[in-house]
Amino acid sequence: MLRKTTLIAAFVGLALGAALAPGALAATTQAPLKEVSWSFEGPFGKFDQAQLQRGYKVYHDVCSTCHSMNLLSYRNLADKGGPFYKEGVNPNESPYAKAIAKDFMVPDIDTDTGEAITRPATPSDHFKAPFANEYAAKAANGGSAPPDLSLMAKAREGGPSYIYSVLTGFTAPPAGLTVAPGKYYNPYFAGDLTSFWNGAANQVPPGGTISMPPPLKPNLVAFDDGTKATVSEEAWDVAAFLAWAAEPHQEERKQTGFAVLIYLFIFAGVLYASYRQIWSKIDH
Amino acid sequence: MSGHSTYKPKTGFTRWLDSRLPIIRLGWDSFVDFPTPKNLNYWWTFGGILALCLGIQIATGVVLAMHYVPSGLAAPGGSLAFNSVEHIMRDVNHGWMIRYIHANGASMFFLAVYIHMFRGIYYGSFKPPREVLWILGCIIYLLMMATAFMGYVLPWGQMSYFGAVVITNLFGALPIVGKSITTWLWGGFAVDNPTLNRFFSLHYLLPFMIAGVVVLHIWALHVPGNNNPRGVEVKSKADTVPFHPYYTVKDGFAMVVFLILFASFVFYMPDALGHPDNYVPANPLVTPAHIVPEWYFLPFYAILRAVPDKLTGVLCMFGAVGVLFVLPWIDRSKTRSMRYRPTARLFFLIFIVDCLLLGLCGSHEPDDKIFANLAGFTFIDSNLNSYTWLSRILGLYYFGFYVILFFLSWTEKPLPVPESISEPVLKGPALPKGATAEAEKKG
Repeated sequence: MLRKTTLIAAFVGLALGAALAPGALAATTQAPLKEVSWSFEGPFGKFDQAQLQRGYKVYHDVCSTCHSMNLLSYRNLADKGGPFYKEGVNPNESPYAKAIAKDFMVPDIDTDTGEAITRPATPSDHFKAPFANEYAAKAANGGSAPPDLSLMAKAREGGPSYIYSVLTGFTAPPAGLTVAPGKYYNPYFAGDLTSFWNGAANQVPPGGTISMPPPLKPNLVAFDDGTKATVSEEAWDVAAFLAWAAEPHQEERKQTGFAVLIYLFIFAGVLYASYRQIWSKIDH
Repeated sequence: MSGHSTYKPKTGFTRWLDSRLPIIRLGWDSFVDFPTPKNLNYWWTFGGILALCLGIQIATGVVLAMHYVPSGLAAPGGSLAFNSVEHIMRDVNHGWMIRYIHANGASMFFLAVYIHMFRGIYYGSFKPPREVLWILGCIIYLLMMATAFMGYVLPWGQMSYFGAVVITNLFGALPIVGKSITTWLWGGFAVDNPTLNRFFSLHYLLPFMIAGVVVLHIWALHVPGNNNPRGVEVKSKADTVPFHPYYTVKDGFAMVVFLILFASFVFYMPDALGHPDNYVPANPLVTPAHIVPEWYFLPFYAILRAVPDKLTGVLCMFGAVGVLFVLPWIDRSKTRSMRYRPTARLFFLIFIVDCLLLGLCGSHEPDDKIFANLAGFTFIDSNLNSYTWLSRILGLYYFGFYVILFFLSWTEKPLPVPESISEPVLKGPALPKGATAEAEKKG
């Protein structure tokens, strides 16, 4: 009886905590994220390689003009589970990674003369950043440096769905909202617009203003597989690519987890049987 | 470790070793032959689970330290520390698994320790002759908190950095010594690279101190022996079974069930207990909108913020942990197990709910409304419909619980306690057979 009460109390407490936890972010506001379905969702989810390739193209053609991805190297694109993975090909030798890398000129030192030079990148080089440093990035973007995208899909609540919602969520600001020059209203970008709002105090629009202009347009990217490049498609693909980039081992993690859980369940069964057997002789 | 040893060395080598270093005898007496009450329930398996947690944390931590760079120096994408953690996640073979096990392992460790502590309070395991055993446990808990806090700083993300700023500043509230302590913790005049370096050093040191105190904890356990759900002392050999195989198999089963929960987090929701902001590199110039500690510190964080005065808040927060040390002298009831103390049991159950709700308060901003659609009204300094007031009421009960226990020790009339572990629960009028069996089963 007591154990039951304790358990119930514990579960009620936990459920209460889980139900009310989203309220933790109530001071700044944000519209509820759009519902998006992802191939890599759920315990058996996998990345769709074609989508990752399209997503990389969106990053390469659009995002990379302002956003760095410093934690990735070109070889990562050909890693197992990556957009340009091919079975049996060493990522460092991958013709895709090599071809993508050689278009970027990266700084280096000439080991014969000691002089600063630039050379074409190789798969082992990190993604080339669009700006030399944070100050250059700020100066070129009206004072706010575009954030690095390597971990964007893990660094925001909602991950890829957040990225998709922001990219597709730009709308005209509601009447009564003052938007500063160089800023754009986005209901999915967490912020507090109270001081820019001259409407009713209890009707402050959700979201905030972002320094990034709406980056996507229809047909901004020509997909090699013939997929129609709508804004929604581009956002969906690049968000999937960023989800992969933020955690390249996600697929491996889930697959390993499945094997681990099967093992543990069998082990638990064996131990429980042993426990019953051993204790059967004890009056307790 | 106590009582008469039954170990008999069988081979020439073990006889030779036994007369020089009786280490096999120690192991035999402690973990094989050790007489253990036969009525321990599953709440007692968390001791073994905690030993497992400590082992997992040390093993994964040693490997992580081989790849981690404790430096806040800027590097493209973040800092050397931040990037080395991502290097572990991306390039080290199975590094993602080792790191996720270590990060979620901390949460699992605290989950287990909280259950272990609540069990100790409920069944009166802190009462004579186990006060030293209990205090050693409190020291382990304190060391765990320090270790976990410093470990969370190491990835050098936004939450790491600002968590370190908030917590180290708490010591600044102490009179006279406060400023010196913070400077000493920081290794400078703000949280910076020297702070990260010393936190890494201490984060590597403290677990081994925990392991040392765990040895003392087990030693102090093996002198009086285990408490048990009935809270009565072992009277005869009929009350006990040897630790092995009876409890090795029971603890083993519980450990594997616990590992199933552990693995579900590691492999399917590895970041669920973390905060997205910690995947943003530390930037002293950008303060996160909400600085929250890890879930296992939330109740204490709520107590801290419930008090308007900083120093009093800090003292209350440390007091919330400190009061545990003197629990053996607060609850003086001769009846150990709350199974036979219905009033104490009721207050204990409220205490558990209170702690969980305090955790909920800690996760919210103090001014957040509890009921979004209720306007509420200002009472003294804050809205009554805010987490500030809920934290205050809950915090009051947190300390009130100990006061209640203190007075209950005298006023409460406990139910009759069974004579021994093997005896039926009640003497006198015969109970229906089923009822007795059920009570026995509860053991």
